[in-house]
Amino acid sequence: MAIETTTRGGGPATRRSASRRTYGEGLFRYVSTGAGITLLGIMAAIAVFLIAEAIPALQANKGSFFTDLIWDPNGSQVFGIGALAFGTVLSSMIAIFIATPIAVGVALFISHYAPRRLAGPLGYLIDLLAAVPSVVYGLWGLAFLVPVLREPSQWLNDTFGWFPLFAGEGAIGGKTMLAGGVVLAIMILPIIAAIAREIFLQVPKTNEEAALALGATRWEVIRMAVLPFGRPGVISAAMLGLGRAMGETIAVALIFPATFDITFRILTPHGNSIAANIANGFGEATPIGRGALIASGLVLFVITLLVNMAARMIINRRKEFSGADS
Amino acid sequence: MTLQQEAVRSTAIQRISTGRRIKDHLVRGLVYLAFALAVVPLVSVLWLVISNGMARFDLEFLTHSMRGIGARDAGGGAYHAIIGTLEQVLLASLISVPIGLFTAIYLVEYGSGGRLSRAISFFVDVMTGVPSVVAGLFVLAFWILVLGMPYSGWAGAMALSVLMMPTVVRSAEEMLRLVPNDLREASYALGVPKWRTIVKVVLPTAFTGIVTGVMLAIARVAGETAPLLLTVFFTDSINNNPFSGPQMGLPLYVFDQAGRPNDTAIDRAWTGALTLILIVMLLNLAARLIAWWRAPAKGR
Repeated sequence: MAIETTTRGGGPATRRSASRRTYGEGLFRYVSTGAGITLLGIMAAIAVFLIAEAIPALQANKGSFFTDLIWDPNGSQVFGIGALAFGTVLSSMIAIFIATPIAVGVALFISHYAPRRLAGPLGYLIDLLAAVPSVVYGLWGLAFLVPVLREPSQWLNDTFGWFPLFAGEGAIGGKTMLAGGVVLAIMILPIIAAIAREIFLQVPKTNEEAALALGATRWEVIRMAVLPFGRPGVISAAMLGLGRAMGETIAVALIFPATFDITFRILTPHGNSIAANIANGFGEATPIGRGALIASGLVLFVITLLVNMAARMIINRRKEFSGADS
Repeated sequence: MTLQQEAVRSTAIQRISTGRRIKDHLVRGLVYLAFALAVVPLVSVLWLVISNGMARFDLEFLTHSMRGIGARDAGGGAYHAIIGTLEQVLLASLISVPIGLFTAIYLVEYGSGGRLSRAISFFVDVMTGVPSVVAGLFVLAFWILVLGMPYSGWAGAMALSVLMMPTVVRSAEEMLRLVPNDLREASYALGVPKWRTIVKVVLPTAFTGIVTGVMLAIARVAGETAPLLLTVFFTDSINNNPFSGPQMGLPLYVFDQAGRPNDTAIDRAWTGALTLILIVMLLNLAARLIAWWRAPAKGR
């Protein structure tokens, strides 16, 4: 307000207003730059504080952090990340293998198959999947998915029991790696689908029309023009989904039975992950136990950071794929 | 399609072979199936939450806490958790909206593709991938263990704000980039300094879009459980002050009740989930409606 009157007044006031103007300008620039640097600072602070709090616990560890398959920082002070890291990777891999093909199908449906008028609302329907809170998926997984998966699991075990993933005797089904993986797949599906959809819509129309002009069917257009163009985007979308799946906590904390072993038998009641272990173990953790959980969180942070950075680099190589809304 | 085929046949060029046609139909079927498969869990989740949650969705649930409710008692409610969630989300927005908005302003108006702006832009993207549990651990390590502060709603709000910031930055940046450059130039031509151009011209133009983005960001963090678990802790009582003592959050309430062995607790968990979904979906819907209501204005 003051500035407006002084500038309008002109004359002797101009100099003062000019200095005030640059003052405001400078302040605004500094605040904006400062906000950006704060964001970088927070990322750095996450790493610094996690490391600082993990070190005392790691020093107190009587076992080996990387090879032991025990997690007992509260009692014997022996704990190792091996089984947890394995569970995190295996469950996310299951999720990716289930979610990526379906997400690509959904993206193709919305970009190339659905009637134009319906494409928007139908896409929103898929986005709604991402709006369901993680804890609700956990409840749903326990109450609905675990019982529903029991029979197919038994069938898979009976028919393909020779295949290591489906092997196992005795208890089949229940709170398994597969159940956790399916819930994770549902949770990351909207992210992958949203990015893939965005990329498929960016395929140059001329490429598609050229394929059509050569007499290609719709599938051939997709195979020859859409998929080759979208491949890097789909790969990085899947990687972003992978990062999300690995960090997902509460849903899998409710579903996994919190075992500490390394087994590929996804149909037997085994399973745990770094994030689930943090959620389940935090309540009764001693100071060493908390440090151990923070150390495991640091490992999770580093893994997801690497996956995300790799995915972002693939996306950024082709600037037009922003994937920002994920 | 049939016309095309007619034309093809009449010019004696070989018509689409049966194999290709079958493949085309097969893929179409698979694509439709993929979409149907994706919708099934959404319908199933909503159905289960509504049918199981309605049993306890009553006035008592919305107005009472869990104080003095025994392990096997029916009754009790989530009032303390709803209050906690509202306060925590509000505080998280108060932290992350200014930082996020100014960062977006920096990226769009001041950064101009320099090294710093590219670094910030890259790490904002990477930050969207920070697992929510890690954000909680960060605040636990920094605020509660290093600084020795107690568990509180405020600590939870800080953890949530770490998750909110990148979403706010991205949506605000996108909206600011949509503001036509002509508007900025017209303002400069009138001798208005850059910062006042931003405040008076750019921000008002992008306002609705930014509000939509912020609401989507709020909807995203309102359902987060893991960060609260590590920073807010649990309580069964009403605590209106987010700056002192443990609070509750609605997602945390659901997790807590779901972990208890009694049917009465499971019922409360479902009703909590229903309340949470209602809040999140309403925020989501409101955000989309604002965006949709705003959209035709662009064409004017």
